Amino acid sequence: MASGELVQGLVAGRLSSEAYDENFSDLHAPLDAHEALVAADRCYFCYDAPCVTACPTDIDIPLFIRQIATGTADAAGMTIFSKNIMGGMCARVCPTETLCEETCVREVAEGKPVQIGQLQRFATDHLMAQSVHPFSRAAETGRRIAVVGAGPAGLACAHRLAMHGHSVVVYDANAKAGGLNEYGIASYKTVDSFAKREVAWLLEIGGITIEHDKKLGRDLNLTDLTERFDAVFLAIGLAGVNALGASGQGKAGVRDAVDFIAELRQAETYSQVPVGRDVVVIGGGMTAVDAAVQAKLLGALNVTLVYRRSRDRMNASRFEQDLAAAKGVRIITNAAPVEISGNGAVEAISFEYMDDDLTPMGEVFTLSADQVLTAIGQTLGATELPSITRGRIAVSPDGRTSVANVWAGGDCTGLGDDLTVTAVAQGRDAAEDIHRALSA
Amino acid sequence: MANLQADFIGIKSPNPFWLASAPPTDKEYNVRRAFEAGWGGVVWKTLGLDPHIVNVNGPRYGAIWGADRRLLGLNNIELITDRPLEVNLQEIKSVKRDYPDRAMVVSLMVPCEEDPWKFILGKVEDTGADGVELNFGCPHGMSERGMGSAVGQVPEYIEMVTRWVKSHTRMPVIVKLTPNIADIRKPAAAANAGGADAVSLINTINSITSVNLDHFAPEPMIGNKGAHGGYCGPAVKPIALNMVAEISRTPELQGLPISGIGGVTTWRDAAEFITLGAGNVQVCTAAMTYGFKIVQEMISGLSQYMDEKSFTSVDQLIGRAVPNISDWQHLNLNYVAKAKINQDLCIQCGRCYAACEDTSHQAISMSNDRVFAVKDDECVACNLCVNVCPVEACITLEPMAAGAVDPRTGKVVDPTYANWTTHPNNPAAMAAAE
Repeated sequence: MASGELVQGLVAGRLSSEAYDENFSDLHAPLDAHEALVAADRCYFCYDAPCVTACPTDIDIPLFIRQIATGTADAAGMTIFSKNIMGGMCARVCPTETLCEETCVREVAEGKPVQIGQLQRFATDHLMAQSVHPFSRAAETGRRIAVVGAGPAGLACAHRLAMHGHSVVVYDANAKAGGLNEYGIASYKTVDSFAKREVAWLLEIGGITIEHDKKLGRDLNLTDLTERFDAVFLAIGLAGVNALGASGQGKAGVRDAVDFIAELRQAETYSQVPVGRDVVVIGGGMTAVDAAVQAKLLGALNVTLVYRRSRDRMNASRFEQDLAAAKGVRIITNAAPVEISGNGAVEAISFEYMDDDLTPMGEVFTLSADQVLTAIGQTLGATELPSITRGRIAVSPDGRTSVANVWAGGDCTGLGDDLTVTAVAQGRDAAEDIHRALSA
Repeated sequence: MANLQADFIGIKSPNPFWLASAPPTDKEYNVRRAFEAGWGGVVWKTLGLDPHIVNVNGPRYGAIWGADRRLLGLNNIELITDRPLEVNLQEIKSVKRDYPDRAMVVSLMVPCEEDPWKFILGKVEDTGADGVELNFGCPHGMSERGMGSAVGQVPEYIEMVTRWVKSHTRMPVIVKLTPNIADIRKPAAAANAGGADAVSLINTINSITSVNLDHFAPEPMIGNKGAHGGYCGPAVKPIALNMVAEISRTPELQGLPISGIGGVTTWRDAAEFITLGAGNVQVCTAAMTYGFKIVQEMISGLSQYMDEKSFTSVDQLIGRAVPNISDWQHLNLNYVAKAKINQDLCIQCGRCYAACEDTSHQAISMSNDRVFAVKDDECVACNLCVNVCPVEACITLEPMAAGAVDPRTGKVVDPTYANWTTHPNNPAAMAAAE
């Protein structure tokens, strides 16, 4: 018998191994071949389809679905990968309910969109299961490009540059490539080491070298990179975290949700990851939801997600909110943390209700807590960068920064909305711009 | 509730839904199940002479499908019954005895000689069957042996055999026609001339449903070879309706009863055949796809429709659409319509736009926010947008009122009727005027 859900404090192994396996299985089971055909038949092959417009990477969705429907799933995979080399991960983590599937005309007609995300997974899984990488490199150009950060933006950029015949060195601060795909996304969205497998598959194109444990500002500096390489692409993500504006945040049991998720993702078994009995997650984005749901799945008895604004202001989509609620997470909105109390370790956290313009309403409540996870936004957390606007690296639509021969993309820029899919689009587009610049 | 009782050339059945001569009516077991399910009658799977024929031991059917693998068209290379004649005759007799109120018609196919027909007709009469249907239709297999459609494609043979049959039996005789000919009126007239009590149509259409792209052979494939088969199912309904209509509106064939066959899947299909002149319908593929229970929908649907239209018997429906079947040259060229898109129903898929812009008259506009609207000054009312729209009744064709100006032509819509025969662009009309 595992330690059980009632034990107070940070405890590992609250559940049986069977319970962990079940809790962390695939959020959506993949479509089998028959299900894919049935789902594909629902696509109307719209003209200038709204789903394509809604896709940050402009995947030709009606075309790939028609290719699935006509029995050529690998061709469908090519249609996807040619626009989005991380189409496999995006099929798993994209908030399709606020992107392609939200605009699907069958959502308009019947409230039931074509299962675009699931069909994309079917096609990309199908092609990735083939033994050969489907893209090849153009003739070697002799140009060398440094990519800093092996997350979605960096890898998408590296792959596209390699396709054009350039040589790429990717530097990453971590021991594994993949960035948030490897460290930051909920386990149940990317089972069976998919992030790791995807990186390995992507690198099969050749021409890309990854150097690990190389951090900008510590092991690398930008000036040196610009001297040694023909171009530099910064995809360093957001390494810093915002501080909580409440007293007592130094107490044991209070930690950043990003770290909590990273520990969970890297753990050999879920039973090794300690979790509180009464967990409070602060924040309203995808990270907050991912942390809250996974705390619950690890066996926490009470998980409460508290967000300072109203529910419709949450960055987590309605689908994600409903997922959290379905897993037993209680969501409290319009409340901001005031004080974390406890003798050494956190024991409780108090909140004050806020109205919609964040004016405190003078009414305070307290939640028991032996673990507090903060997910209140991330920051660049690096220095010696190109010009910054609003806390992110300033870039042109093509990803050019204020420094010559330096491009940037992904979460470290202000371009996108911190989604994997927008990071991929920015990496790809910057690669094309770098290629144009180097070919000029 | 409307009375669905049907009397087709003296053969009575509780409803006008018969099962066609085909695999579903091959055996006593199936036919009893059909009658229990509510079918009004059956045409027993075609009998031939002993020694009975044999079938292939591989696939007999090929198919095409629509979305969600809905079966739209089926073809088959099965031949006539592959059981001994005497077995079939005993079973027919047994079933008819137990279901005296149901129509029991026996399909026949023997060589084009008088004696075999005389022989088998006597056998069938002894079963108590209500009538016979002469299979001059099957286009595969038996036609290679001078039977089936090989007879149906030669009007003289149809007339000759029909005459023999009429002279050797008191039973009503239905002649089943093949659609694999240029003009269906010729074989129908031949059957009529030979004394047939009715014609039934259509039999199956020569077809190859698909080609196996690994083995480079037609499907269904027997080993590495495939033969053409007979095509049926919803896909052939339009062809069948036209052929029924052609017979119905031919003055010399007035009064020749028709049993409508070809893709009847729902009550609505059946009603359509009946309005074009069929006295009843025969069904096969729909039953083979969904089982015998579909007849319950056909019965309830036709009843509801007849009640809504205040028809009290099927007879009142027969041929109701025949007066409105016209030659193209007599269509009213002064009739002007425009497509209209109901914006409340539109789901903005843009298929109407793609169809019109790429393949038709560039008569639909598309705004930046995906509002699709018909340009009346370009719309020729071709109906393509209506047909490609996935939402029922979202796009409709609205007639223009007389006196209004057609923005496409700038002409006032004329209330009078005018057709091609008098049109100034018609050389024949000009010649007549001169």
